[in-house]
Amino acid sequence: MASPAAVSDLPTDHLRGRVGYADRLFKATMFAAAGIVLLVLLCTAAFLIDQGWPALRHYGFFSFLTSSRWAPSDATPKGTHPNPYGILQFAYGTAVTSLIGMVIALPVAVAVALFITEVAPAWMRRPLSYAVDLLAAIPSVVYGFWGIFALLPALHPIVNFLISTLGRIPGVGAVFAGPFFGVSYFAAGLVLAIMVLPIVTAIFREVFATTPIDEKEAARALGLTRWEMLRTALLPRSRSGIVGAGILGLGRAFGETIAVTMVIGNSVLAITTSIFGQGATMSSVIANEFTEAVEPFHLQSLFVVAFWLLVITFVVNVAGRLVVRRTRAGLA
Amino acid sequence: MLAPPRADPTEQVLQSRGGDDGQSGRHVKDVAMTVLLAVVMLATLAVLGWVLVYVAAQGLKYLGPTFFTQNPPGNPSQAGGGFENGIIGSLIIVGMATLFSVPIGVAAAVAIIEYGGRFAAATGFVADVLVGLPSIVIGAFVYVLWVTRFGFSGVAGSIALAIIMLPLIVRATAEMLRLVPVALREAAASLGISRARTIVSVVLPSARAGITTGVMLAVARAMGETAPLLLTALGNQLFVVTNPTKPISTLSLEIFNNAITGFQAAQARAWAGALTLILIVLILFVAARLIGWRLAVTRS
Repeated sequence: MASPAAVSDLPTDHLRGRVGYADRLFKATMFAAAGIVLLVLLCTAAFLIDQGWPALRHYGFFSFLTSSRWAPSDATPKGTHPNPYGILQFAYGTAVTSLIGMVIALPVAVAVALFITEVAPAWMRRPLSYAVDLLAAIPSVVYGFWGIFALLPALHPIVNFLISTLGRIPGVGAVFAGPFFGVSYFAAGLVLAIMVLPIVTAIFREVFATTPIDEKEAARALGLTRWEMLRTALLPRSRSGIVGAGILGLGRAFGETIAVTMVIGNSVLAITTSIFGQGATMSSVIANEFTEAVEPFHLQSLFVVAFWLLVITFVVNVAGRLVVRRTRAGLA
Repeated sequence: MLAPPRADPTEQVLQSRGGDDGQSGRHVKDVAMTVLLAVVMLATLAVLGWVLVYVAAQGLKYLGPTFFTQNPPGNPSQAGGGFENGIIGSLIIVGMATLFSVPIGVAAAVAIIEYGGRFAAATGFVADVLVGLPSIVIGAFVYVLWVTRFGFSGVAGSIALAIIMLPLIVRATAEMLRLVPVALREAAASLGISRARTIVSVVLPSARAGITTGVMLAVARAMGETAPLLLTALGNQLFVVTNPTKPISTLSLEIFNNAITGFQAAQARAWAGALTLILIVLILFVAARLIGWRLAVTRS
């Protein structure tokens, strides 16, 4: 949201003299509404840390981050060591699934955005963008359900092939090791790729559209082919926009809950090395256990997870927004 | 915009491609890349088609008029029944969320664009960040805010959805207000009309179509939300609840709960529910785009 000052300082303001009472009341109301937006963010952080506080004080602030074993049934009202609520495996699950999603989604999104803005004939552009946007309109729970029954069976032959080839490589083979039961980090990452794709594509389209037409025409006038024009005139100047969109997509993938919960397997006891193994993410464990949290410090520990998830997504989103915003400001 | 200080990539391409054989190679590469882009585009459309067709095929097996007039059976393994409870619940909860979020969102956008200042700019940035906040975290927040005091309820669910919709509405409205010509505001001011009156009678009406589009897209998003409702509206009821101070089931919650049971009869209901949900979201989506498209046409 750039330079709102353009509209806020009308040249006639000083001519009007006394500003009426109703006018000031109206302005105050509008700013109160803006205050609510700010308040929501502040209160979310404050409330989550407040709820998680008893668990943080009982087990120690950092003990959550140094263990990857989440075993609520081990928790006792007194015992403090070891912390039965390790959350490292959830952070790992969130990172791995989101990375798989981004590694697939980013190149696809660049290609789709390039095709829509630069290659497709003019009449196709709007319908194509709507079709891609439609991917964002499909609800998370539907993606999860579709993932279980349509995507997982289709994955079996592909993944079994990967396990018997990549899985045999010494060293990195552990990352691609079997067995594969369908629900896995990989399946969750694929679903995330589909869900993040439309969001990232939309930002790319916007970024690509800001390339001045003179530069593109100049490139073509030098005799470059269309691909050379895209590679030399368009992609280099879009680099920071691509980075920003990638960060924002990552933030989105971090927070995705229901679809991931349905296809990741929800194994909470340790870090699974293979991407074809089962795991859990920070958001999936909250969704799964929240209403059934009966053990000592169980619910409080889930709030600790929620707090860290808030912190991570906040940092990622702020970073992404700043990069995208700087790109826009630089191009304006 | 000056060329970057490093070696000009245009020149590199030209130098590296001397001679006639290079010419045809360049064009082959151009065609190859164009084909690649088209293939990726087609693959993306194929995934969209796969999801839509699969859900439609599964959903149509069970979807019928009674789906909208019956509740799920007490035993999930039993066949029959529908999601009347969830559909009515969704309408109530999303309706209330819209009532909460639209006035606040539009007003916040007015503060950001029409009044401006440092505070307003900060609000704009926070709205951008709020869009990226995980919905499950918002659910946990509303759980503390409401459920710990008043219990699981439709109100709690609608507050959570309102918080999810709020930044979407702020952004859409702000975008539209920015498009309203400054000349309109100056004209109103020159007639001696107060700033408040100008915003209410001149600026907001001329941005109405765009704001409506934004609200409809936010409603579509809220319709499909599931995770925050697990923590707020709960919705384990197998009957229609209209009292928003009680736990209320929604369409999305019914889909989730029936989908993960492992019973075929429950999954059949969940597919019909998923198709219903997709249709509702698609109708909202297409209607919003049509309004937006007509707006774009009248502007140009």
